[in-house]
Amino acid sequence: MCLAVPGLVESIEDDYADVDFGGVRKKVCVTLLPGLEVGEYVIVHTGYAIERMKPEEAKKTLALWDEMAEMAAKMEK
Amino acid sequence: MFNQNEFRNAKYAKVLSNEICRLNDGRQTRIVHVCGTHEHTISHSGIRSLLPREIDLVAGPGCPVCVSAAEDIDMAIELVRKGHIIVSFGDMIRVPSTSSSLGKERVRGGDIRVVYGPNEAIEVARKNPDKEIVFVGVGFETTAPAMAVELLKGPPENFSILTSLKLVPPAMEILMNQDGFSVDGFITPGHVSVIIGTNAYGSIAEKYKVPCVAAGFEPLDVLESIRMILLQIEEGRAESENEYTRVVRPEGNLAAQKVLEDTFRIDAAPWRGLGVIAHSGYFPRAELAAHDAREKFEFPPLDSVDILPGCICHKVVIGIADPMECPLFGKRCVPENPYGPCMVGYEGTCRIRHESKFD
Ligand code: SF4
Repeated sequence: MCLAVPGLVESIEDDYADVDFGGVRKKVCVTLLPGLEVGEYVIVHTGYAIERMKPEEAKKTLALWDEMAEMAAKMEK
Repeated sequence: MFNQNEFRNAKYAKVLSNEICRLNDGRQTRIVHVCGTHEHTISHSGIRSLLPREIDLVAGPGCPVCVSAAEDIDMAIELVRKGHIIVSFGDMIRVPSTSSSLGKERVRGGDIRVVYGPNEAIEVARKNPDKEIVFVGVGFETTAPAMAVELLKGPPENFSILTSLKLVPPAMEILMNQDGFSVDGFITPGHVSVIIGTNAYGSIAEKYKVPCVAAGFEPLDVLESIRMILLQIEEGRAESENEYTRVVRPEGNLAAQKVLEDTFRIDAAPWRGLGVIAHSGYFPRAELAAHDAREKFEFPPLDSVDILPGCICHKVVIGIADPMECPLFGKRCVPENPYGPCMVGYEGTCRIRHESKFD
């Protein structure tokens, strides 16, 4: 029910945007994200974008895990 | 294109699972999540098999259709029997109520339609101006803003909503006071948190001294949230933290919160298996009474029954019983023909258990 998927905003017209979900394009209501711009990623639930997704935050999480992996490798040596 | 696959990378899974083992240090730890989509990830990617045996990872009341009161569905059935058109999400159609389900009513000739989102329900109303359209709006904080957007836009006169919309934090508080329930850490639902923000769990973390971590839905998100909970326990902290930083903000989506406030009032709501919980449901404000099915139509006394004889869903949804303990599991109750609400959707604990290859 609370399933929501990320997609890339390709164009915006009033309350609706064309969003690319890895090749599949859909019209999505973007009323809940004031100031949204083309090129941003959004999380979409039941046809409504509910939040922006920030790739730079994802990179930080992955960097943290990389660091943990390195530490673990060192400990093993 | 942003690629989420890194959040499934086995190399990180190993590191996280080792770290979880180290932090847990042989302690008995009970971690409860309150989201059906989390249970889906956990069961289907075998997360439990990556955890030390002492960690119990339990599904709480996180599936909206599982906790929707039979009364809400019985009301919809009343309306469809009067010849009105009922519109809802697919899962809701199959949920058993007191003596029928919307799906069974459809077989008997009721006009019941499945939509993907509330805007499609509005479309049905526009296309059928001579009929009353009632949208059975089920969901948590994640789904409520979409419905609010449509109600605020001014829907057609023949459109009304029968809300079955619930708030997660009050249910978490109720859990804390249930007999037989214990928890050392909550994984809080990622997409509910998108709307309400991680700050919304701060008071629960503090009052009950229980770490809360909002998590995303890839397997590594769940592992990382468990690691974060264990780290809090080790350091003697109990705070509301955020693992799903790429999407969730501490304050939530303020525009969505505003839309919710303009549309709904918060009142006591019945939860299947948990009873009536104060301040746990969204209902249309008085100004929107013309589009509120509970105000627009009259209902006879319904005497609804939430839990049918034999079903133990009320214990399954709060994580104090396992689906396997139910004598009907896999026999009288199967996904193709659910007897209880937990066997219906992809988020129902019984259905997930029935389909998972890991348990
Ligand atoms: S298996 Fe079916 S009857 Fe048993 S608890 Fe689950 S939903 Fe209820």
